[in-house]
Amino acid sequence: MDVNQLYTDIILEYNNDKTNKREISCPTISEHGHNANCGDDIKLQVVLKDGVIADIAYTGNGCAISQASTAMLIELLGGKTVEEAMRLTRLFLDMILGKVNDEGQLEELEAAAYLKNIAKMPVRVKCAVLAWHTLAIALEKELAKKK
Amino acid sequence: MNIELIRNDFPILKTISAGRPLVYFDNGATTQKPLPVLEAIYEYNSRQNGNPHRGSHVLAIAASEAYDGSKEVVRKFINARSTREVIYTRNTTESLNLVARSYGETHLKKGDRIVITVAEHHANLVTWQRVAQKTGAVLDYIYIDKETGKFKEEDFAKIDAKTKIVAFAQVSNVLGLVFDPKPLINLAHQHGAVVVLDGAQSVPHQQVDVQELDCDFFVFSGHKMCASGGIGVLYGKEALLEDMEPFNLGGDMIDRVEEQVTTFAELPTKFEAGTPNVEGAVSLAAAIKYLNNIGFEEIEAHEKKLVTLAIEGMKKIPYVRIIGSDNPAEKTGLVAFTVDDVHPHDVSELLSAAGICIRTGHHCAQPLHIYLGVNATCRASFYFYNTEEEVAYFLDKLSKVRAAMGYKD
Repeated sequence: MDVNQLYTDIILEYNNDKTNKREISCPTISEHGHNANCGDDIKLQVVLKDGVIADIAYTGNGCAISQASTAMLIELLGGKTVEEAMRLTRLFLDMILGKVNDEGQLEELEAAAYLKNIAKMPVRVKCAVLAWHTLAIALEKELAKKK
Repeated sequence: MNIELIRNDFPILKTISAGRPLVYFDNGATTQKPLPVLEAIYEYNSRQNGNPHRGSHVLAIAASEAYDGSKEVVRKFINARSTREVIYTRNTTESLNLVARSYGETHLKKGDRIVITVAEHHANLVTWQRVAQKTGAVLDYIYIDKETGKFKEEDFAKIDAKTKIVAFAQVSNVLGLVFDPKPLINLAHQHGAVVVLDGAQSVPHQQVDVQELDCDFFVFSGHKMCASGGIGVLYGKEALLEDMEPFNLGGDMIDRVEEQVTTFAELPTKFEAGTPNVEGAVSLAAAIKYLNNIGFEEIEAHEKKLVTLAIEGMKKIPYVRIIGSDNPAEKTGLVAFTVDDVHPHDVSELLSAAGICIRTGHHCAQPLHIYLGVNATCRASFYFYNTEEEVAYFLDKLSKVRAAMGYKD
């Protein structure tokens, strides 16, 4: 894949969008994620109210792909129920793994669907999935509590 | 030194990437192999391949001669007293693990001290953490000045009578500082400590004499000096090696094996269990001959020229920050740096798209990065086959990285 197809305007725009790069004072969930190889390190914070993501934000460092991907995650999952967020997170991870290709199905991911081509760049996969993988771990704990 | 002729020896440097010959600036990670090394591997496998030290047929003998012969080349290269002091391993990491396990874990006890530096590669750090955890010894650090990258001399006082191990790199793989290890070695010896010197980043670029350094253990990797992967060296003073437990157990490292007891082989075989990497050993000997032919004075002078050009150019790019000293006179052939607001991974991706290979990440030195307060860095590391033209091309592309990431300045 050409580097210009990687750093598209939309990726750069989301990378530079720091709206949700902030600390939440009393989060329900706080989960760390890091990539040992490149040193990316983020903390995702979520406020849950009646099973719905009332607020979600992140802090930390990462490359443009991981930061853009995190911003997209937050934009997509704010206001969703835990179950819905989990379903969309799995859909995103399946897209990056190349398991889901159907454009119609991926529309649900909104801006995050633009990261689909990362599936063709093995070395950047871990950048794209960092936030999603971190959230999946946190939400699984939350769902386990419910049961 | 004729750079054109030298480059002709390296087939991989002819690789076309982004419409021009690939620029390989990741020599701190691994180096490329010249034809004489590739040919030596081919020759060995075409004519001499057997299992050394086993059997009495022509190929077993030929393989033994190739293997043992390469060791004499290595001995001479680092000026060890005898080949009994030269042990082949897989790489620097395995050499350090051998020292930590076979010496550290058996010679240290609760209350002893291990002193290393915050700039160590994980191979020379995690190993000592483990020794400390297992024996109850205390692991302490010599820190660096964040601006100059130099060791804080007041921290040398941490080396005291309780200190049993002092381990550090001759050249840090991130800071790339020219450093005379002699005073630190002498200080450690004054307190009776054993010195483990990591030569992974020094041996490929400068002449090393282990007797003159007087370090107790010295370790390095073949693949960082034009040899193939999977061959590394542990030098140790004979008396220390004699007093150590074997590392791996199995074939070749034994003297006599009975059902319940075993006596072990003499040095260095005691530490070389299993069928060794003979072609790796052969490639290392060929690489040493190749480097000696060029000459280390020439290599150092050429790398100094490149690093000077690189640092001077990088200083002119306002948003590039050099890690540690930015004085070329103090630098070996490597520079770690960051670009303001652009993650190192993205810097590397953009340079790679322009056909330039640099390293990105924490370079297996996370404690150093945490100490310096940087998440990750980029690193350009040079070798004798790199050119001034390549450095100029790299600087040009580096100056365009921020714009490519959407910044207007």
